[in-house]
Amino acid sequence: MMNRLATSTHQIGQLLAVLLLVSIASFGMLELLPGNLAYTLLGEGAQPADLARVEKELGLDRPMPERFFRWLGNAITGDFGKSYTSGETVWHAISQRLPVSLELMIGAQVLALLIALPLGLWAGYREGSAVDRMISSIAFGVLAVPHFVLGIVLLLLLAVWLRWLPASGFVRLEADPIGNIRSMILPCLTLALVEAPVYLRLLRSDVASTLREEFVVVARAKGLSDWRILLTHVLRPSSFSLVTVMGINIGHLIGGAVVIETLFALPGVGRLLIESINNRDLVMVQGVVLFTAASFVLVNLLVDTIYAVLDPRLRHGR
Amino acid sequence: MAVSDLNVTVAVARPKRTARFKRPTLRVALPAIWIAFVLLLVATADHLPVPPPAQMDFDAAEAGPSVAHPLGADVDGRDILSRLAHGARASITVSVAAPMIGLLVGTFFGLVASFYAGVTRTAILGVLDAMLAFPSLIFALTLTTVLGPTLINVTIALGIMSIPAFARIARANAIVLLNREFVLAARTAGASDLYIMFREILPNMAMSLITYALTVMSIMIVAEGSLSFLGVGIPPPAPSWGGMIAEGREALERAPQICLIPAFAMFLTVLSLNLLGDAIRQRSEAKDGALS
Repeated sequence: MMNRLATSTHQIGQLLAVLLLVSIASFGMLELLPGNLAYTLLGEGAQPADLARVEKELGLDRPMPERFFRWLGNAITGDFGKSYTSGETVWHAISQRLPVSLELMIGAQVLALLIALPLGLWAGYREGSAVDRMISSIAFGVLAVPHFVLGIVLLLLLAVWLRWLPASGFVRLEADPIGNIRSMILPCLTLALVEAPVYLRLLRSDVASTLREEFVVVARAKGLSDWRILLTHVLRPSSFSLVTVMGINIGHLIGGAVVIETLFALPGVGRLLIESINNRDLVMVQGVVLFTAASFVLVNLLVDTIYAVLDPRLRHGR
Repeated sequence: MAVSDLNVTVAVARPKRTARFKRPTLRVALPAIWIAFVLLLVATADHLPVPPPAQMDFDAAEAGPSVAHPLGADVDGRDILSRLAHGARASITVSVAAPMIGLLVGTFFGLVASFYAGVTRTAILGVLDAMLAFPSLIFALTLTTVLGPTLINVTIALGIMSIPAFARIARANAIVLLNREFVLAARTAGASDLYIMFREILPNMAMSLITYALTVMSIMIVAEGSLSFLGVGIPPPAPSWGGMIAEGREALERAPQICLIPAFAMFLTVLSLNLLGDAIRQRSEAKDGALS
């Protein structure tokens, strides 16, 4: 018990340290940006008096460490600041965009698992056979297609040539659920096809090695059917690498799939970041980067907890 | 018992010599040929019998292949082959130079973190963890924006992005190697930490680092492509494959080849690097297996 407590305290300490470093980095990166913010805001013909006034308003005349701690303190209480260009608060902008990114992430993960689970199980079960070689080769090939290329090919095929789906134009879920799903299929499918080969390969090799374990021999000796063994005995112990990588992907995608959101013009968090970068909206960029990194760290912590559910051996200290 | 009874043959047969130069299989030959072709394209980009990459020929805009434009022309009437060759320069530069940065810096920090306990290790590992906490593309994106979008800065940003992974691999390898007898022997002989690091440990993990560098090369081609595609990479009019794909999107319905030609080139390059990396990995794994 004490051991476990110590482990989790250690983990949380580590987490906080990483979050602190992340926030220093997101703050520091933009501090390095050439050019004066007040100058950027006011444009070229700015008067020195106006510059000084804006600098004072924004607190830019304060020393850097003071500004950092003020920014961090506000960020911890959920106040990421307000955009200089649009006046919108960072938190409001993120919360507006987050549902889109989450829908994309969940849709893509579900589709990726629907593709990867059966094929990965099958290939691992028939390791070395013609079926395995075919599935593995296709996965290897798809793995080499950059995600934006895959998106464009699917777009060309399903939207331009076959005209089954809209090419772009996001429809909000509350406005038109059917239209929303239609507008999300292409982006979700693209992302799913990018991730499925990775999941498939991990699952395949883990299933193949689990099948060589003694408890599988025992299960066979008990006369269980192959599919029953695969689903009830093999799948769970074979899914650790899969869960790890899924965790990393989910963590990444909370901050938005920048490229996919750009390609399909989805108003998600990733798109928000690109727009803010293009508008030189530093406060927004800082906020989105910090939010993205923080959610990534937190999701990884969550994944560590899921391990304990998957593998009972990890529940009792290490 | 007669002495001759004990006289068993020790070596039944001479150890089989494995053929050193096996004829490469198609899985190795084809990718190697494609990579060689891309390198040739890069080397001869300036001397190809096609217009320079930025020259616009509006009469030929979105035209298919012709004598003047072997692969056709893009939306602004610029020659696609010419842009492909010059764009390959960007892709190849980034994909070779960025992993180098990661390899050199990452390996160094990985080695140091495996050698010295205490504050040094905690600091290095903490910073690496924090770097890994940034989704890699967002990290590269922000860094490129901060540094300014030029080929060198894109390379630096992507290089920095690859440091943590190299450091982790170096550290994982070094921790295992540090417990081996030859390190103990070197220590007993009075070798300095630096000597052990660079003359004993480093050569022994070079293979796995180089294999990983090959994987990173293909990741970098896609990453550079993504940055250009998002419009924060190498600024136009300088050609890059990602930029060409992004620009071709507006003509996707009328002339999909403008988009698909650079996309296909990128796909083949990434696939080739993956196949070569796979082959090298299988070879080195077989060798490691024979040793231990």
